Amino acid sequence: MSFINYSSREINCKIVYYGPGLCGKTTNLQYIYKRMTPETRGKMISLATETERTLFFDFLPLSLGEVRGFKTRFHLYTVPGQVFYDASRRLILRGVDGVVFCADSQLTRMDANVESMENLRVNLQEQGRNPDRAPLVIQYNKRDLQNTASLAELHALLNQRNVPEFEASANRGIGVFETLKSVIKLVLIDLKRGGR
Amino acid sequence: MTLGRFILREAEFQAFQAILRKLLSDSYAKVVFLVDKNGTLLASVGATEGFDTTSLASLAAGNIAATGGLANLIGEKEFSILFHEGERDNMHISVVADRLILVVVFDRRSSVGLVRLRVRRASGDLEKILASAVAGSAGELEFIEELTEADIESLFK
Repeated sequence: MSFINYSSREINCKIVYYGPGLCGKTTNLQYIYKRMTPETRGKMISLATETERTLFFDFLPLSLGEVRGFKTRFHLYTVPGQVFYDASRRLILRGVDGVVFCADSQLTRMDANVESMENLRVNLQEQGRNPDRAPLVIQYNKRDLQNTASLAELHALLNQRNVPEFEASANRGIGVFETLKSVIKLVLIDLKRGGR
Repeated sequence: MTLGRFILREAEFQAFQAILRKLLSDSYAKVVFLVDKNGTLLASVGATEGFDTTSLASLAAGNIAATGGLANLIGEKEFSILFHEGERDNMHISVVADRLILVVVFDRRSSVGLVRLRVRRASGDLEKILASAVAGSAGELEFIEELTEADIESLFK
């Protein structure tokens, strides 16, 4: 849920990176952190296990300048992708304004992608969001690897809503900002419409 | 508040600040923060310059969310108060009106008993302000309704 502070003239929105384990959600945030200037980004927090798997969430606050005299702030979160962390995913999804679904393009991960997308829809529904209307962008990550599914295949499997979709190699930064920009646009347009 | 948005106006912000300032002095605390359950900082008073307030707000909300999840597992609605004891500083975190989180950081000049007592009173006051904020916040979003594609595009230049 977006938060508008008239006193400090700020709009705050929450964006969540969702997707199966090891698809590159944290890598997206790390690249954004690396490329943004210190004035436009806050500290990145990662609550991870000793083996650097996300345990609860990663968090990265961004300030992107003003629209109509209001500063815009976006809080980026990732969820833990592994199936058994569903309780944590539900918590992080609370109050979300926009979702980036990060899919793993490798053929061997197709079932995991589909399962995670279904899980996202269930969890959005659970908190009263309409999974067919919530601002969503899909990123097909790891395009640089061998044995990846074709775009048409990924689209057919994951993008029934026909939302904006991007090819990416998050570890090289390809597609990362295109995805971010697209979800921010959708969130602001949704805010304009009144959300939900 | 309208559906999907939480709007904080100047009047409520000032009222929140006044309550936090009183809580800060009555409880001999170092810093007091007011955060919404989604992890956004609403107001803060005290020696905030040493704190990364954005991270603190996000982690406090994560903390309340996680303990709330634990509470549900044992059949409780929520654990409404959390207390973290450190070597030097302590943190008292409580839920206000089911949607705000009040964070009080204090050291040995105060005590958890005193903080808890003062927090209870402040929570009641915050709740009243929140109720009036929720009641009166429709129809003030012209600037958002007027947002154009060009406005949004300008963020990325």
